[in-house]
Amino acid sequence: MEFAFTQEQEELRREARAFLEKNPDAPLSALRELGWLGVSVPEERGGGGLSFVEEAILFEEAGRALYSGPFLTTAAVLSALPEVDEQAWSLELDGLVPHLDAVDRVLREDLSAVPAEGETLATVDETRPLGRLGPVADGTVLSGSGSFEAVRLRLLAGLAAEAVGIAAKALELAVEYVREREQFGKKIGVYQAVSHPLADTYVETELARSLAYRAAWCVAEEDEEAPVAVAAAKSFCAETAVAACERSIQVHGGIGFTWEHALHRYYKRAQWIDAFGGNASRQREVVAAALLD
Amino acid sequence: MDLRDTPEEATFRADLRAWIEENLTDEIRRGRFEEAGRVWSRKLYEAGYAGLTWPKEYGGASAPYSHQAIFLEEMARAEAPSHLGVIGLGMAGPTIIAHGTDAQKAKHLEKILSSEEIWCQGFSEPGAGSDLSAVRMSARLEGDHFVVDGQKVWSSFAHIADWCILVTRNDPESERHAGLTYLLADMHAPGVEVRPLRQITGEAEFNEIFFSGVEVPVENVVGEIGGGWQVAMTTLLHERGTLGFALTAALEAQIQKLVALAKERGATPLQRDAIAREWIGLQAVRYTNYRALTTLMKTGIPGPEGSGSKLWWSEANQRVTKIALDLLGPDAQVMENGNYWQHQQLRSRGNTIEAGTSEILRNIIAERVLGLPRSR
Repeated sequence: MEFAFTQEQEELRREARAFLEKNPDAPLSALRELGWLGVSVPEERGGGGLSFVEEAILFEEAGRALYSGPFLTTAAVLSALPEVDEQAWSLELDGLVPHLDAVDRVLREDLSAVPAEGETLATVDETRPLGRLGPVADGTVLSGSGSFEAVRLRLLAGLAAEAVGIAAKALELAVEYVREREQFGKKIGVYQAVSHPLADTYVETELARSLAYRAAWCVAEEDEEAPVAVAAAKSFCAETAVAACERSIQVHGGIGFTWEHALHRYYKRAQWIDAFGGNASRQREVVAAALLD
Repeated sequence: MDLRDTPEEATFRADLRAWIEENLTDEIRRGRFEEAGRVWSRKLYEAGYAGLTWPKEYGGASAPYSHQAIFLEEMARAEAPSHLGVIGLGMAGPTIIAHGTDAQKAKHLEKILSSEEIWCQGFSEPGAGSDLSAVRMSARLEGDHFVVDGQKVWSSFAHIADWCILVTRNDPESERHAGLTYLLADMHAPGVEVRPLRQITGEAEFNEIFFSGVEVPVENVVGEIGGGWQVAMTTLLHERGTLGFALTAALEAQIQKLVALAKERGATPLQRDAIAREWIGLQAVRYTNYRALTTLMKTGIPGPEGSGSKLWWSEANQRVTKIALDLLGPDAQVMENGNYWQHQQLRSRGNTIEAGTSEILRNIIAERVLGLPRSR
């Protein structure tokens, strides 16, 4: 039993953090040049030959930086293609397609790939619009070895990792603020009504991180527990990110409620993550069915 | 990252399971706390499972922490009785190894391993709960011994203990962390009186200990006279060390019972959601323990990620037992039907108080992990 990142994985995380902090809106092609697309696809299919754990590290960092491009959706679909290509991809889930306006092709549940044509809807998280496909001709059915379910699991596991990045960032912002802000002649972090909710966020974020990487490991190993592990991670991590943002907004006081402050953008992304692919209570129903039925 | 047992860990686990299967009889499992506990503790010692992580030179197995974690998991899964020596093995022994004299090591360590000596802990006092530095028990130096007077409280095992790790104040003028002395006290010495403390479950797991003019030889001081605080911190570090694994494994057994109860009685959608939530939390805390364990094995220091395990577990156990009462409905109030879960639910109220209250644990995380300003 070893649950830790290797030096190479830590190095990848440092690289990703440094790049994404500076370039949260970099085009997908920039990420491709860094070798971050198809990281977990075997080398013989044109991928990076690493595991889904490395990919999850990138997703966590993308969440932390609120990266705006169609990275996660493209990476999830690439795993099912016979060969890694240079297109930007998304997928249709519950009739909705993330980043429809920013991708080339869309994978549907029947494994057909269709052009990204349709109506893009504005979303609360402005960086992650959703679209509806227009009337489309039959797409090409992919001949790869992948299944749509495998793509969906990667997407949800990736969302869980993104949520961990968001929770960690929201906590960092809160900690920085309450260490500096003074009221009644004291740093407000001294008050337990302020510090204890942040301690809870810390505990929950670490628990969420454990679930996210356990799910990523199950996906990487094609473990039979992967579907339940992913549902558990998606559920817990999304709720953790939402609560982390809410507590962070609260301890920031008025400034946390402004459009100017970055927090609302983390908050909206957290809620997007929770909603897409089935929110926390729906994921828990997957777990409950496995336990009780 | 590999979340499976290594081949070597898998062998240790399989051997241990087979050993438990063979040795944990129904008689021991259902036996009375003390008698069954003594038999069980002796068996563990003879099989080499006592003091797994203790160094070989002190009679331990010098095993990696992962073995201790596996041991605790398997014991909880088998619902084995507690080892009567938990305080000796987990707290007194490691403290003596770290700070004790050669004579203290020779006198006590082997007997702690064999459970020939049962130990209890004399830290909390009526006026010193979360704030251990408020300890007032007096230890007055008179020639070659201390004369100890005062009261300790919340001592598990004190009613059957032979020895006690005792935090006292040797300098009545001193305050807070200064002037404390850590003693090894003979519980059979004249002037020691133990009174059981009946708790809300009706049982008496804990005791009050009264010391009236008890003589403790100077050679029983651990560390320096007046340097007891540092020694006490070593004890508490060990109390919270691999504790997470025992707690998680106990929670897993509890949730398995909850799932069985829900299947038997049927669960509403809200109850299903609540059960799934607790199961997910259990997985989260279990894998977080594995992360902390990996850090511990690589660096020798437990990682900060594990600092929330006890906090999470205690509140989760309270929620789990409440869900069970919810599933049972009015039957939960009938002693015959609701006995197990009523007892567990009432006992769980102590979980957020013992071994560091939730408030203290949140302070520790806020101050030592997040680096927020101290509240005291």
